Amino acid sequence: MKALFLALALSLAAVSAGAVNPDEILDDPVLEARAREISKGLRCLVCQNQSIDDSDADLARDLRVLVRERLVSGDSDGQVIDYVVSRYGDFVLLRPPFKATTYALWLGPALIGGLGILAMVAFYRRRTAAAAGVRAAPPPLTEDEKRRLETLLDDRSR
Amino acid sequence: MNRRFLFVLPLVGFAVIASYFAVGLTRDPSALPSVLIDTPAPEFALDPIKGRDRGLSREDLEGEVSLVNIFGSWCFACRVEHPLLMQLKKENAVPIHGIDWREIDPDDGPKWLARFGDPYTLIGDDPVSRAAIAFGVTGAPETFVVDKNGVIRYKHAGVVTGQVWEEILRPLIEELRRQ
Repeated sequence: MKALFLALALSLAAVSAGAVNPDEILDDPVLEARAREISKGLRCLVCQNQSIDDSDADLARDLRVLVRERLVSGDSDGQVIDYVVSRYGDFVLLRPPFKATTYALWLGPALIGGLGILAMVAFYRRRTAAAAGVRAAPPPLTEDEKRRLETLLDDRSR
Repeated sequence: MNRRFLFVLPLVGFAVIASYFAVGLTRDPSALPSVLIDTPAPEFALDPIKGRDRGLSREDLEGEVSLVNIFGSWCFACRVEHPLLMQLKKENAVPIHGIDWREIDPDDGPKWLARFGDPYTLIGDDPVSRAAIAFGVTGAPETFVVDKNGVIRYKHAGVVTGQVWEEILRPLIEELRRQ
């Protein structure tokens, strides 16, 4: 039973380890959990599509250590992230913030999608209207048309 | 509605996308604009490397226009730009301060400088990226132009070539000296 529990614990540990080295891990599990959460949102500047939590790059390691040191010294999660952003810019955040320079990024897809839906609705409305128009009674004849029709009918009856 | 307009739509769409890519694909995705331009150089204080008795700190960057160069003995591109830095030292062009970044062995930096020459006025030892992160460094070499008030005015990522020096750094330094 003990062995089974150990194996289970080890396998779980393996899943959540990322690139964090044993010597970096904090003794306080709460702080360590916060550090992991922060690290997952920070971009590794060397291998740009990995978080520093995933990356084996030296700079990512130093950033992980820095995040932990700041947490230990009493920084809030926001303060730690703000410090790294103040050095590297918003680019370091894997999830871009919602602000004036990123409105196009966040709202663009919804806007373009919305325009597409509007265009589609307009298109189908017009098509159904056109189809309904065929079946509905044609507009009454004008005086001119009536006279022409009478002439034609007269010609034939003769 | 003018139906002829509909035939032009795909063409307009193509032109928009093409111009977007024409700009986007010619930009280097690894070249990041630094957010530190025109902000005071960060607080830092680094120990000296072996063989020197003075390190490098924030205060050393005030009083004179200077370059801050991130280098390391492990960094091949640093060797490429090294002869130019030596040349600048010989000409007394501008004080160059070095940040010796992430040496595995503290002897590595001094050995490298003994072998290729030492162009640096002051050097700080930065084994765990303290100053490098404070400067928003993403790789070596990187070179910052710092004005006499200690404000970062320019960052060049990568090798400082003769062209970079002649066309960007030298004119900027001269302008900053006049201010």
